[in-house]
Amino acid sequence: MNQARFTGTDRYVATPDLMTAVNAAVTLARPLLIKGEPGTGKTQLAEEIARSLARPLYEWHVKSTSKAQHGLYEYDAVSRLRDSQLGDEKVREIRNYIVKGRLWEAFDSDVQPVLLIDEIDKADIEFPNDLLRELDRMEFYVHETRELVKARHRPIILITSNNEKELPDAFLRRCFFHYIRFPDAATMEKIVRVHFPDLKKELLAEALTAFFDVRETPGLKKKPSTSELLDWIKLLVAEDIPPEALRGDDPKKTIPILHGALLKNEQDVHLFEQLVFLNRRAGR
Amino acid sequence: MLVRFFGDLRAGGIPVTLPEFLSLLEALEARIAAQSPEQFYYLARMALVKDERHFDRFDRVFAEHFAGAEKVFEKIVAELPDEWLKQLTERLLTEEEKQRVAALGGWNKLLETLRERLAEQKKRHEGGSKWIGTGGTSPFGHGGFNPEGVRIGGKGGQRRAVKVWDARDYRNLDDGVELGTRNLKMALRRLRRFAREGAAEELDLDGTIDATARNAGLLDLKLVPERRNAVKLLLLLDIGGSMDAHVRVCEELFSAARAEFKHLEYFYFHNFTYERFWKDNRRRFSVVTNTTSLLRTFNSDYRVVIVGDATMSPYEIEQPGGSVEHWNEESGRVWMSRITAHFPRLVWLNPEAEDRWKWTPSIGIARDLVGGRMFPLTLHGLDDAMRELKRGKATPALSG
Repeated sequence: MNQARFTGTDRYVATPDLMTAVNAAVTLARPLLIKGEPGTGKTQLAEEIARSLARPLYEWHVKSTSKAQHGLYEYDAVSRLRDSQLGDEKVREIRNYIVKGRLWEAFDSDVQPVLLIDEIDKADIEFPNDLLRELDRMEFYVHETRELVKARHRPIILITSNNEKELPDAFLRRCFFHYIRFPDAATMEKIVRVHFPDLKKELLAEALTAFFDVRETPGLKKKPSTSELLDWIKLLVAEDIPPEALRGDDPKKTIPILHGALLKNEQDVHLFEQLVFLNRRAGR
Repeated sequence: MLVRFFGDLRAGGIPVTLPEFLSLLEALEARIAAQSPEQFYYLARMALVKDERHFDRFDRVFAEHFAGAEKVFEKIVAELPDEWLKQLTERLLTEEEKQRVAALGGWNKLLETLRERLAEQKKRHEGGSKWIGTGGTSPFGHGGFNPEGVRIGGKGGQRRAVKVWDARDYRNLDDGVELGTRNLKMALRRLRRFAREGAAEELDLDGTIDATARNAGLLDLKLVPERRNAVKLLLLLDIGGSMDAHVRVCEELFSAARAEFKHLEYFYFHNFTYERFWKDNRRRFSVVTNTTSLLRTFNSDYRVVIVGDATMSPYEIEQPGGSVEHWNEESGRVWMSRITAHFPRLVWLNPEAEDRWKWTPSIGIARDLVGGRMFPLTLHGLDDAMRELKRGKATPALSG
């Protein structure tokens, strides 16, 4: 077991449970299913694993119209038909019209690659079921050329889901599962430090307090996430806002500056304004 | 030991399967979690639990089963060969400490005593100066202060005050739902009827071959619209009052239905069907749809699903003016019979448990009114309801 271990990177803070999950998935070559609130870095994880283990990364972004077959290969029958009418020599070889999908490309890789199947829950409800054999045995059959495509190295497969649809049990059984929790204040501080190493301590502390205050507001439709916090801090730095401006007299009595980066929903902004209004009145 | 854990998890309501358990063993064999109980916990969780809603249950079973998980690790360690332990400890001890170990009678003596005490020890132990456990000054266990201490399991001194599984962070994710939306969707899929409508974007193979042949062999592509579910569904949902207890299951049914049907219309009512429905519960008194216009708007192609517990006073159905929140000129019974007459394919889903139906007279009345087509809102009931809707009286108006 002398494999390289994933311990996070200079751009990505991994918690111990996430490290255990990734390393187990890498060692046993099982797909790892990642769930979590939006904006907790699910997709980025695959990029960072590929970077830190120096492996090529293949990304397959699933859409609502995606079919499992798209990831394997597609047979472009129409262009073959066209070519046959134009008398092109290419037409004799069916192989010329097989378009490889992302899964095939990953199977073909010379070194063990990282394959990201992003937002698998976007696709049709049967989509994961159509990939069972491929993920289990890491092989599939191309009917047109009658060849069996086998993975040269079992890829490290990461699958992300936003919980829009529930995934079938048979599929879940074959995966390891990790739920990225929303980071606690200490982890969040580390994450921000990674992205803004030169940030002033006072500003960071104030920004984090304000951020967690906003998150704890009851009834928010969309709670701000890590990526939104990072955007917000970027804005604060760009505008050169002093830490005192964030503090106010009482965090509950003012809306944070540049709140547009944190609250993405007019109902939430409205709710927040109402709360602030009520607090002000109660405080008077 | 772990096999019993597997049984406990299943008994605790976590759907663990044998392959998952085997993959945990495989992972343990690969020494992925050899270093600390926490890693073992994370590993077990990722291999066995596939839904964050079950995390809390898992935490509870884990805490119960490994009450004092360190002890388990000590047991595992106790069963390991001496060399392994020796190697581990040698790495951890300084020269000076090793000399003191020799003073205590050397390695074999130390290990022998360790075994003895492991056998003597009955319960988890913290502090103290003899038993194995955490934080003590006994030579055994970890996190202790005795220089001869054999460090077992976790990284001493780095432990958190609260063990991860005791923290039970995922408490509010556990909702104990029996019906997942996936199951509901699968049941709703029974009610599918495909038809080609809308934009032509799929290759029509037969049509293309035919057209190409007619075109003297020159390719002529033909496209057809994609097949879509053409079933039209009208959902009538009881809201508020006694339905509050069933909000969750109704929400799930609603979201599952929304995803499965392209033509889905929904309206709300309170307790029973009268002369009006509404779409927005916040503006239920200002923006209403009259039942008569509802009957005119939706033709009898629509399949109707009424969701309600039908639990109320019988007067609310039988008497004009029986409604609890407004004066209705005509009784609920009259309105309901108009609805059933207009929509031949109609079912009533009742979230109330079926064995309680007979104790509530109003459920019996409502059931008679819909011609006995009342089903419990369970997977099985939903399945039966969909079959009923599918059967119905097929009208030629619906093109297949």
